[in-house]
Amino acid sequence: MSMTPYLRPGLAKPAPSRDGLDTPFWEGLQQEKLLLQRCNGCNRWQWGPEWVCHRCHSFDLRYEETAAEGIIYSHERIWHPVHPALAEQGPYVVVLVELPHADGVRIVGNLVGDPHQPLVIGAPVHAVFEHHLDDDPVHTLLQWAVS
Amino acid sequence: MTTDRTLRGKAAVVGVAETEYYKWGRSPDPEFKLAIEAVLGACANAGIDPADVDGFSSYSNDRSDASRLSAALGCKQLSFASMQWGGGGGGGSGAVANAAAAIATGQAECVVVFRALAQGQFGRFGQGPRSRMVSGAAAHTLPYGLMSAAHMFAMKVNRFMHDHGVQQEALRAISLASYAHAQHNPRAVMNGRPLDEATYDASRWIVEPFHLFDCCQENDGAAAMVLVSAERAKDFDHNPCYVLAAVSGSQHRAGAPVHNTPEYASSGFTTVAPRLYRMAQMGPGDVDVLQSYENFTGGVMMSIVEHGFCTAEEVNDFLTVENLSAPGGKLPLNTSGGNLAECYMHGLGLNIEAVRQIWGESTCQVPDAEVAMVCSGPMVTPVSSCIFGSEATL
Repeated sequence: MSMTPYLRPGLAKPAPSRDGLDTPFWEGLQQEKLLLQRCNGCNRWQWGPEWVCHRCHSFDLRYEETAAEGIIYSHERIWHPVHPALAEQGPYVVVLVELPHADGVRIVGNLVGDPHQPLVIGAPVHAVFEHHLDDDPVHTLLQWAVS
Repeated sequence: MTTDRTLRGKAAVVGVAETEYYKWGRSPDPEFKLAIEAVLGACANAGIDPADVDGFSSYSNDRSDASRLSAALGCKQLSFASMQWGGGGGGGSGAVANAAAAIATGQAECVVVFRALAQGQFGRFGQGPRSRMVSGAAAHTLPYGLMSAAHMFAMKVNRFMHDHGVQQEALRAISLASYAHAQHNPRAVMNGRPLDEATYDASRWIVEPFHLFDCCQENDGAAAMVLVSAERAKDFDHNPCYVLAAVSGSQHRAGAPVHNTPEYASSGFTTVAPRLYRMAQMGPGDVDVLQSYENFTGGVMMSIVEHGFCTAEEVNDFLTVENLSAPGGKLPLNTSGGNLAECYMHGLGLNIEAVRQIWGESTCQVPDAEVAMVCSGPMVTPVSSCIFGSEATL
């Protein structure tokens, strides 16, 4: 099941980086899986993506599925549109979600639902996959809803 | 730190200048011409022949190339050309550090620190990118509408305010003090535009917790300052304004992508400020006046905490208009009006204002100011800070 897009169309669409660093992440979202980097050297999770493990300096990193649930680490309700596509959007919410099942790495998304809802640091959230499978490039955004 | 591994007292500012400051897009002149005008102004203020400038130091990928400047101004030679890595105003004091280091180590004799901006000519900072596709680190933020500096930093400030119970009134006090100071400064773009509590409170949200008046302006103009060695500085008209310390940097993994820096709710100064004070051989209690970069007031609030002027738990009591106002406040702040109300020249105006305080030439002069600090570019990486002092502080 896909959700209605949270934001109005016209923002830049995400594409995997040309060097391939985050390709498995974007492909995983299309299958409704959250795949993040995990080090084969020290078994710790890492995000955002990088070519080397910042802890043990191993280049041997894999993409592994983690539970698509977390807690709100921080948030912001954005009012002023800085892009023409958002001129009629009204306020919208961006959250920074901490993933306890992946060593507490953080990931950015929108908090779906009423943009005026109270925003609570520490609130549990779960993923909602926003598919754009007819788009060019094909992509899926990782959104969040309060659990 | 051994005494020979320090910038303390090795270099001094002997001239400063800025062009007329404009709202963004209003400059009648292109950016490079603004840069030249500021450099010539600073040389005239110092009383030095521009041909004798042999170094340029800037930051934030300034487009006015050092070699082109040197050629345009007929400098006898170019000995030093330095660009501090990093965006925003994080390099404002870093560029001073690089200039002072070049002078202290004999690489150059007379270095100009400058910044020039024509946002009408080259595009505004406060707008999101318009590309159809995005990849790399930005692909993990832009499609969610997280696309401006305000968006990048508001979540840091929200987390800090949550952790420490900071009230909106603390941010408001920073804005009100800056606007009040600007009413005395004829250079300030917001001169003649006073701000009161009710107007602040009624102003629209840009992104919570930033009202319109928590955000810096977007401007056109240029600013420059001339540095020479401490020995040579005694020969100039101004009383020397010494660099007592200038450092840059950021904490562990500050640049971790997609908002993964471990110390998230931070202005970025937790490792920089201790090095600053160690080099200056001073503490926050020695600082007479503070110029602290406002991209957004929340960054100023965290900079003040991380430089030790108050604890996070004391913010609500310490950050009041009374405490932040010149001449009599406990910590006079942004006495030119700063980025909020004088001009957003990527913060170099703050360094110039610190020098003017040491010279006794501010339009909101703090009586007998001997030590003036600048905090540059909170929440970016690297950030930087510097401390200027009068001859009595050496």
